[in-house]
Amino acid sequence: MKITQISVFLENKKGRLYEAASVLGQNKVNIRALTIAESQDFGVLRIVVDNPEKGLEVLKANGFMASFTDIVAVEVGDDPGGLAAVLKVFADTGVNIEYMYAFVEKNTDKALMVFRFDNTDEAIKVLQKNNINVVGRKEIESL
Amino acid sequence: MSEKIIYQNQNLECADRKTLEARQLEGLKFSVGQALKTKFYAANLTGHIKSADDICSLDDLKKIPFTTKDDLRASYTDGILATDMKDVVRMHTSSGTTGVPTVIYHTQKDINNWTELMERSLIASGATCADIFQNMMTYGMFTGGLGFHYGAEKLGILVIPTGAGNTKRQLQLMKDFKTTLVHATPSYMFHMATTMHEHGFSMQDLHLKKAYIGGEPHSENTRKKIEEMYNIDAYNSYGLSEMNGPGVAFECVHKTGLHVWEDSYILEIIDPVTGEPVKEGETGEIVFTTLRREATPILRYRTRDLAAVIPGKCPCGRTHRRISRITGRTDDMLIINGANVFPSQIEQVLMNVPEVGTNYMILVSKTGALDKLTIQVEIYSKLFHGDLSELEVLKHKIKDELRASIMINPTVELHEPGSLPAFEMKAKRVIDSRIKI
Repeated sequence: MKITQISVFLENKKGRLYEAASVLGQNKVNIRALTIAESQDFGVLRIVVDNPEKGLEVLKANGFMASFTDIVAVEVGDDPGGLAAVLKVFADTGVNIEYMYAFVEKNTDKALMVFRFDNTDEAIKVLQKNNINVVGRKEIESL
Repeated sequence: MSEKIIYQNQNLECADRKTLEARQLEGLKFSVGQALKTKFYAANLTGHIKSADDICSLDDLKKIPFTTKDDLRASYTDGILATDMKDVVRMHTSSGTTGVPTVIYHTQKDINNWTELMERSLIASGATCADIFQNMMTYGMFTGGLGFHYGAEKLGILVIPTGAGNTKRQLQLMKDFKTTLVHATPSYMFHMATTMHEHGFSMQDLHLKKAYIGGEPHSENTRKKIEEMYNIDAYNSYGLSEMNGPGVAFECVHKTGLHVWEDSYILEIIDPVTGEPVKEGETGEIVFTTLRREATPILRYRTRDLAAVIPGKCPCGRTHRRISRITGRTDDMLIINGANVFPSQIEQVLMNVPEVGTNYMILVSKTGALDKLTIQVEIYSKLFHGDLSELEVLKHKIKDELRASIMINPTVELHEPGSLPAFEMKAKRVIDSRIKI
């Protein structure tokens, strides 16, 4: 139930993020979720797209340094305490969250979050044991 | 097939020291005689040497003052011409950054001697007449192109005289004619490897066996990187237009330093500050004296290139002494907050980090009263895994290793592959913005 994120190295240069977004747009790759991790002189753009293979290919072909990263998309109750309920199940395990961000769209009344865990397989087991819905690639494509 | 030739002239290349020095003395007398016919040396040697008869041993070399690049510039156009202009068949000028060029003249015999040294160099590296040689150095005034061209032809090699640039055509010719040898700057070797794919070629298309890399100082790690990228042997070639061009010092198949052709040049290594000889094995400024050149003899020329003599015997049997690769230039040393730093030290560190790509820049600027050193490096894209913390670790690793090597804490910036300026000819990687132009 892992899904694929594209990580793109962006140096701190005017217009570089725009160029990355344009390349995806021109090649009809749709961004479903994104976040940017930044340091002083560079950043890493993290995106979930409808077609990751194509997304990676067109970015690389246009000179971007990009690679795949395994992530997990999780449905979180869209009400007060919803996120806390999901985080609680990890508090007692050895699985750590490295970073997380949210999808713009959702296909149920629940919110959709992206998690990057230090141990993806273990994290999925924990989620399933606690009956938390992990969203697969097909559902991301049809968002 | 006959046995592979490994020497051009075994007696000369493996001569004992005494024989070689006798030959050098003869050459020095000849050169001093020629020099006294020139306007520059007639004046410059006054009070030191009256005639070639004043040279009785190689020790008498010390009586001769050094010649500097500025002396050559001041002698433009014909201050150092020992023959009649009608006997000159070629000239090369090298452009100085100050705008005044230096000029070197060659008689037919001078060209023949240069060609012979270049052929000898190619043989020493294991090249044979069965090789196909693509010469990617600039032809024309730059001596790298023509020097190799003539030497390779003399050896009977098929020469493809492409000159520099036009990477797509270079690759196409390398593929179609199964080029086995190339001559290029290290920067261009990198440039070609990194852009190969976008031109529609891959390493499998090439039949390359050896590359002669020269034209700019480079580190041992740069050589290794080129050798690994192309799966070839890369040989260091050293020369300077004042001493003809390429073919002054060359690596043999053992690649343990460059043999200086001592039948044609006297090699001295001096302390650039005091002018005194350094101890054997110590790094200093290379000083050369031409021994065979008719048209433009040059005595005790201060090259500004820094290197050391490698002590001991080379397994190839040649007795001509070896020098290390050029580790810097007396004029490219950077003084950063009082510490001496050579760009070659920085390159050595960077090329040892696998995640670092093939291109980098060194920027020196002023922040307040202090000097600031910034190193920009391109990352090797295959080693990017999408992790920000991994990049931060890499940045600190580069920083720490640089600090350990040059004792200065630099700012390290990571850049995308292909984003820093690319150099097809001599790379200019140092930008010192402290200097007011």
